This record gives sequence, C-alpha cells and structure tokens, in this order.
Amino acid sequence: MHELSIAHSLVELAARAAEQAGATRVHEVRIAVGVLAGVSVDSLLFCYDIVTRDTLLENSRLSVRSVPLAVWCAPCAREVELPDLSGFRCSVCGTPSADLRAGRELFVESLEIDSDAAPTGEVART
Amino acid sequence: MSTRILELRQGILNKNDELARSLRERFRAASVLALNLVSSPGTGKTAFLERTLRELVARGVPVAALVGDLETDNDAKRLAASGAPVRQINTHGRCHLEAEWVAAHLTEWDLSGLDYLFIENVGNLVCPSSYDLGEAVRAVLLSVTEGEDKPRKYPGIFNSADVALITKWDLAGPCEFDEAVARASIEAVRPGLPVILTSAKTGLGMDEWLAFLAERRRAGPVAFARPGASL
Repeated sequence: MHELSIAHSLVELAARAAEQAGATRVHEVRIAVGVLAGVSVDSLLFCYDIVTRDTLLENSRLSVRSVPLAVWCAPCAREVELPDLSGFRCSVCGTPSADLRAGRELFVESLEIDSDAAPTGEVART
Repeated sequence: MSTRILELRQGILNKNDELARSLRERFRAASVLALNLVSSPGTGKTAFLERTLRELVARGVPVAALVGDLETDNDAKRLAASGAPVRQINTHGRCHLEAEWVAAHLTEWDLSGLDYLFIENVGNLVCPSSYDLGEAVRAVLLSVTEGEDKPRKYPGIFNSADVALITKWDLAGPCEFDEAVARASIEAVRPGLPVILTSAKTGLGMDEWLAFLAERRRAGPVAFARPGASL
C-alpha cells in the first residue's frame, strides 16, 4: 500500500503548481497511470480525498487516464499495444519483446483551476 | 476570475526520481555497482545476500550493504557477520525503500573504495517497483517455495528487473518446483531476462552470480539500460 505516499507526492506537486499559477481553487487534477505503474487507482482515489484536506486541492476531482501497455516490435517495425499484462509479445506477429514503450507512466497531465491571474499561454475556458 | 487548464506533465514521483538520478551519478563516479534486491517476504533475500557478501569478502572484494526492513536491525547484524560494512534502514511501517532514505543512510560513507553496494529492499513485490533507488541492477528473487507463476501475478516488478534469481534450489525437489514453468512465466513478462538458479545453503549458482556481477560492473550501467526505464 504505497498509494498514500504517491498521493502525498501528487498533492505536494499539484498544490505547488496551482499556487504558482495563482489558483484560488482547483476543480480537477488529471493524471496518467500506466497499467504497469504498480498503482491501485481505487486506493489512490481513497487516499486522495484524505491527503487533499486543508489544501488548495480540497474537494477537487482526481481523474485518472489509464495508459495501456505498448512494446516495440522489431519484426513489425512498429509500436504495438498489448491487450493485457499476460504476455510481452507482439499481438500481431507473436514475437516476444522486452522493449517497453508505454505502461509505466505516473504523471500529472493538467489541472483545472480558477485563478485571478490572466492566463499565459494556457487554454482559457468559459 | 477565470477557469482554465494548467498543463503540467510532471512525474508524480519526480522528487524520488531526481534523487535517484543523483545517487546513480554518485555510484557511477565512485565506480561502485549498486544493486536493488527485491522479492516477497520470505524468499531468502537476506540469506542470499549473506552468502554473496561472504563469498565476495573471502575473495577480497570490497563490498557493502544497506538493508531495509519495517523494524529491527536483525538483518543488519546477520549481514555484518560477513565482515562487510552494513547499515540498516527501518521504514517504520512503510512498504518500500525510497531514494531519500538510501541517500540519508549513505551520508559520510565513502563509496569510492567499493566494488558493490547491495540494497536489500523491504519484502514486497508491488510497491518497490515504482521507486528508483539509483541502482544499476535490479535483481528480483523468487524462491522454489513460492508458485512458479508468481512472475505472471506480479508482472510490474519482474518486468522492471535486470536479473531473476531463483532461490532455495536445494528445496526444488521436495517442493516439486517446475523449472520450465517458472522460466516460461518469467519469459512471458520479461523476455530475455537472465535467470540464475541459486542456493544460499549449498552455494549453487554463486559462481554464475559473481560472474554476472563482475560483468555488469565492468561494462558500466550504460551498456545495460533497462528497457522502458525512462517511461
């Protein structure tokens, strides 16, 4: 159960970024989690509500985009998405591949915030 | 007042990853090969490491170890009997080691005279896979008293490993451990992963393991970049 540690790191990072951007409120935190990242999304969501208490992120939504596994297949000369974690082999030609191209992601993609500051280069929403 | 999207694209564990990078740089500068040993509780990491330290010390190879456990310094005491310098990390309930604790336990430790630094992680096949400790080699251990299909059950950690060590081989017969099934399940989740059969009791596999270590140390970390490590 390391999701509490991960939630702490996430909240620390997102709160700092929100603060620097002059946010007065955070509506949503969007993260990407690879299927091989070793993170239980349910546990993370549970921890998130606890860890965000008394922070700028309190009552914000955590939305998680799951990133599927992909490996590089040399014979096919392309990246191949794998349907599950049961076998690291090309789903087209069957060649085993340890050349992981996606699936370990664990990062914050974006925040949806309210701020008084004028947006600089970001997408404004009405 | 406006509502807007703030793009970030920042790693959630980037603090740990940055620390791990600086540890890796420190290990490289000192020419020490750092290894992270991971497995379930009870696989025999400490017994295996005890034997490894003893063999290396007997050959005059300078080696040291950090050992992580939730509580007690029992393992550090056990390992220190080999004559190698050993430090205990107590995580007090936490299920994995982080780069920060490794760094904290390495302060004032001169690494430059060492050939190898072993870091024995907390027994756990899930959480340690997310935390880079700056190691050049991640060794995953699987004992014959566990199921042959464990790699398929824990693909994340087996996929992130650089070598698999099957431990307690002296018990393979009584446990009716099927080597071919175990190898196939490792191959399924990490094609091409080197596998070494070992026994800390009989010494089986130690020559092969020490040769593997020497080869990795000689080649340096770049020659063996872990696939997908940068994701």
